[in-house]
Amino acid sequence: MAPYTDWSASEIAERVRSGEVTAAEVTEAALARIAAVDDRVRAFLTVTEEAARAQALAVDRAVASGDETGPLAGVPVAVKDNLCTRGVRTTCGSRILPEFVPPYDATVVTRLREAGAVMVGKANLDEFAMGSSTENSAYGPSRNPWQLDRVPGGSSGGSAAAVAACETPVALGSDTGGSIRQPASLCGIVGLKPTYGRVSRYGLVAYASSLDQVGPLARCVDDAALVLSVIAGDDPLDSTCVDAPVPNYGATREAGVRGMRIGVPREFFAEGVDPAVGDLVRAAVDRLCEEGAEAEECSLPSVSYCLSAYYIIAPAEASSNLARYDGVKYGHRAATHTGHIGLMERTRAEGFGAEVQQRIMIGTYALSAGYYDAYYRRAQQVRTLIRRDFDSAFARFDVLVTPTSPTVAFPIGERADDPLAMKLADVCTLPVNMAGIPAISIPCGFLDGLPVGLQIMAPAFGEETMFRVAYAYEGLTDWHTRRPSL
Amino acid sequence: MALSRDELRSVARLARLELTDEQLEMQGRRLNELLARVEELQGLDVTGIEPTAHSIPRFNVHREDVLHPSLAQSEVLANAPEARDGCFVVPRIIED
Repeated sequence: MAPYTDWSASEIAERVRSGEVTAAEVTEAALARIAAVDDRVRAFLTVTEEAARAQALAVDRAVASGDETGPLAGVPVAVKDNLCTRGVRTTCGSRILPEFVPPYDATVVTRLREAGAVMVGKANLDEFAMGSSTENSAYGPSRNPWQLDRVPGGSSGGSAAAVAACETPVALGSDTGGSIRQPASLCGIVGLKPTYGRVSRYGLVAYASSLDQVGPLARCVDDAALVLSVIAGDDPLDSTCVDAPVPNYGATREAGVRGMRIGVPREFFAEGVDPAVGDLVRAAVDRLCEEGAEAEECSLPSVSYCLSAYYIIAPAEASSNLARYDGVKYGHRAATHTGHIGLMERTRAEGFGAEVQQRIMIGTYALSAGYYDAYYRRAQQVRTLIRRDFDSAFARFDVLVTPTSPTVAFPIGERADDPLAMKLADVCTLPVNMAGIPAISIPCGFLDGLPVGLQIMAPAFGEETMFRVAYAYEGLTDWHTRRPSL
Repeated sequence: MALSRDELRSVARLARLELTDEQLEMQGRRLNELLARVEELQGLDVTGIEPTAHSIPRFNVHREDVLHPSLAQSEVLANAPEARDGCFVVPRIIED
């Protein structure tokens, strides 16, 4: 492996700022690694060599002239291709946006750059972030670096594969129902969904607006904490962003778990969850108890209805958000058509893939006259029940610990023709989005050479508590130091 | 409850999707599968439960009313499939 590519983001930033290495050297190493492995991993849809070199040079100049450099100085990052990047093609993995070049940056992209990070490319995803394997990408699936004939998970599968394959130390993803945590779990890395409102979504191409959040993927907890510290915080351009102070998440590094109360909700170990995955998660909980935490089984009864409620709410919001792709303002336009309605109908039929069309159909139906109360309103009421369950659990426990994904990475193609089976991949992660709370996935073992992830949930704006447990567990194990052989 | 072919046609029309018969048949099968799955929600008693639209509710979010530079017209139109004289071009909507 090329030098520097195995370093953590915090190591890179520290050594770039001290002048031990240059951002240019680190960037070249990342680009070389991408050139060496990405024809097999296929994590990237676009590699931005020239812009990356220019950004690295700017960082090196700042270091040389003694200017203030940010906490991510010279750190290569991959950005999910549903985050707008000024002057860089943003496809959303869709044929409807083959050559869309945003005229502005997403707020998180601006914050990364201001912190000194160097974007090396745009990562593959399921079309419009709808899916759990990247197989819905119009540009072909990414591969799991641990076993190339398996999916990396999704929808932020390109971001997860890039980090796991040491193409970049960190990446950004988006998470609407598990799209950061599930691929992190399947690729053996760390991924977290912040509290709804913690991170700006300005410039994130909208899927389901009441659920979407942007978050980091990394190879260690510390890097995830570092990136979250950079991207979190209020943004006048996103009115759902909450004006709460951003703590130094890394400060919880040494806090330990003594006296912490861990809830283990039994619904997340039920039918459909591989018992071997459940065993590894329970073993991790036991390990935390040896360090002084106290664990107890608990129940979130409404969670079993979560998948159904989610598959009303998310498609309903998607059908509304995706109405903007009409062949007029940007993106694909059908070559032949009859009238303005015909133009929209043909453009959207040609541009959207089958899964996106399906969700638009479901959402349109659920919101249509006469069905709104039976579907959308009822799903939102169920969402209240889910929130209440979490509220009562967090009255008793500091964190809840569950599996992230019910299974390890599945073979490419296995679920491609069974959308319902594909949706079950998110059964453990959806409740977190429905409740708006933060959760992190960290590696907790392997089954037949494939990684298993542990999910730690905390109350809204309780990221520090979540990090405390994640740091403690990572410190006791070496799962996060293992690398796939590529 | 399963959707009939006519109902599917009408949903596709509302969604502005020109589907072939084959696509409509596939989408209909999948949609009906999903509707069967979510049917379980109808059995839940949600009487008197307020709906949750946003998990972290915020109301009346204000910001200072200050000018910010906006995008140039040419930048906004740069991604348009067809633009002319500073406007997006669309098919004729009003008949002569």
